[in-house]
Amino acid sequence: MNIINNLNSFTILIIHDKLLINHDTETVFLVSSIMYEGNSIIYELGDIEIMINKVANSAEEAVSNIKDGSTILFGGFGGAGVPYELIKALLNQGAKDLIAVSNNPGLHHTGLAALIENDRIAKIMCSFPISKDSYVFLKKFKERKIDLELIPQGTIAERLRAGGSGIEAFYTPTGVGTEVAEGKEIKEFDGVTCILEKAIKGDFAFVKAKRADRWGNLVYNKSGRNFNPLMAMAGRISIAEVDEIVDLGQLDPECIVTPGIFVQHVVKRSES
Amino acid sequence: MSNGLSIREQIAKRIAEDLHEGYIVNLGIGIPVMVSNFVSKEKEIIYHSEQGVLGMGSAASEEEADPDLINASKEPVTLVSGGSFSHSADSFAMTRGRHIDVAVLGGMQVSEKGDLANWKVKGAELGSIGGAMDISIGAKKLYIAMTHTTKDGQPKIVKELDYAVTALNCVDRIYTDMAVIDVTKEGLVLREVSPGYTVDDVQKATEPKLIVSLL
Repeated sequence: MNIINNLNSFTILIIHDKLLINHDTETVFLVSSIMYEGNSIIYELGDIEIMINKVANSAEEAVSNIKDGSTILFGGFGGAGVPYELIKALLNQGAKDLIAVSNNPGLHHTGLAALIENDRIAKIMCSFPISKDSYVFLKKFKERKIDLELIPQGTIAERLRAGGSGIEAFYTPTGVGTEVAEGKEIKEFDGVTCILEKAIKGDFAFVKAKRADRWGNLVYNKSGRNFNPLMAMAGRISIAEVDEIVDLGQLDPECIVTPGIFVQHVVKRSES
Repeated sequence: MSNGLSIREQIAKRIAEDLHEGYIVNLGIGIPVMVSNFVSKEKEIIYHSEQGVLGMGSAASEEEADPDLINASKEPVTLVSGGSFSHSADSFAMTRGRHIDVAVLGGMQVSEKGDLANWKVKGAELGSIGGAMDISIGAKKLYIAMTHTTKDGQPKIVKELDYAVTALNCVDRIYTDMAVIDVTKEGLVLREVSPGYTVDDVQKATEPKLIVSLL
C-alpha cells in the first residue's frame, strides 16, 4: 500500500481522482481512497503501478477511436516511410469523409490509394497528386469523388512544423505569382514578396518509424524519415507504426529524432 | 550528335562542366538527374535530394537497394560517406533558406525575365508541384535544362509565360541543345552556341531578342 500525503514532493498529475501519475518515477498508481485532514488531501494508492506505456496491442486498437470527418496526417514520400499497417487498419475500421494530408496520394492500390479507392477520403492536401503510379487518385478526382488542395512540398512541411509548434501562420516566398497564391494575403519583407500560409494540424497522425520505446521516442530509417517527425508533432493523437520496440534507454538520447512527447501510441508492425 | 550522346545527354554533359568542387547541388527529375553521370569523380560535390538526403550517392544495386533510401524520382539510391538524413522541413529549409549553391531543374517555358514554368502542361487541370516552387525560389543559382523548342518547333524561351508559373524571376541560366543563355537585368544574353548552329538559328528559335555576348 502506498500512501502519499505530501504531494508537493512529487511532480504529479491526478486524473479524475482515479489515477495518480508520478512524472519523477514515471509510474502510475490507481487511487483507492481519498481522505481529507484539515487542509491536506491524503491519497491512498492501490498496489498496481502502471508504467507509462504507449505500446498498443494492435494497429486496430490504435485506430479504433478515429471518427468520420477527422483530419489525418500520413507520413511518407512515395513508398518510403509509409505507415502501411495503420492505413490498412483504418480501411477496416471504416471511418469516412476524412481529410488526408500526405505528400503523395498513394502508389498503385496501396497505402492512401486504398483509402481513396474506397471513397474514404473527401479531400487530400498534397504536393504530388499526379504521377504514373497514382492513377487511383486521378480516377476519383475526375469522378469528383475527392477534393484536392495542391501545396508546394516545402510549404506542406513548414505548415506541419508550424502546426506542431504553436505558430498559426507564416509568410513565405514559395508560390508567389502562381496559382498557389490565389486568395492568400501578400506582404513584402525586406524586398521579398511573400504569401501567408496557415499551419496544418491533424486530429490524428500516422507515422512510420524504425524503432520506438514505450515512451514513444522514435528513430527512423534513412529517407523514410521525410514528413513523419513533422506529422508526429502536428497530430493531436499521433500513432507510430514501428519495426521494432526496444527497452527504455536503448535509443541513444543524442540520436532520438522524435521525442516521445509527440507520440501517443506505438504499434509494432506485424510484417517485417 | 557527334559523340554518340543523345540531345538530353549533351545538355546534361554541358551543365556538368559548370558544377564546381564544393558545390551543394540539387538535381530535378528529367535531364537534370543525368548531370551527375558527367561530373568527374575527382570533384567533391554534395548532392541534396528533397525528401531528406544530403550526400546522395549513385543508383543502388539490387543488393544495396532499401525502399526507404530513394531519390526524388522514387528510385533506390545510395548515401556517400558524410551523408546525412533530415526530415522534410529541414530538407526544405536547405532549399528555401538559400543553402543550395546550384539547383538544376527541367523547364517547359522560361521568360526573358527569368520566370519559370515547369509543373503543369498548358491547359491541363492538374499537375504535380512537388518541390519545384520551393527549389526555384530558394537556390542561390537556378539552372534550367531543356530542349530549345517544343516538339512542334515552338520556342520555349518566351517573352511572357503562358504555362502555369512555378516561380517568378528565378532562373539564372538556360542550357538547351542549341545554346547557353544567361538571364540578366538587361535581358537574355547568348553565351554559347552549340556546334552545328549559328547565332541566327538560336535567335530564330527564341521569342525574345537575345543580346549576343559569347564567352
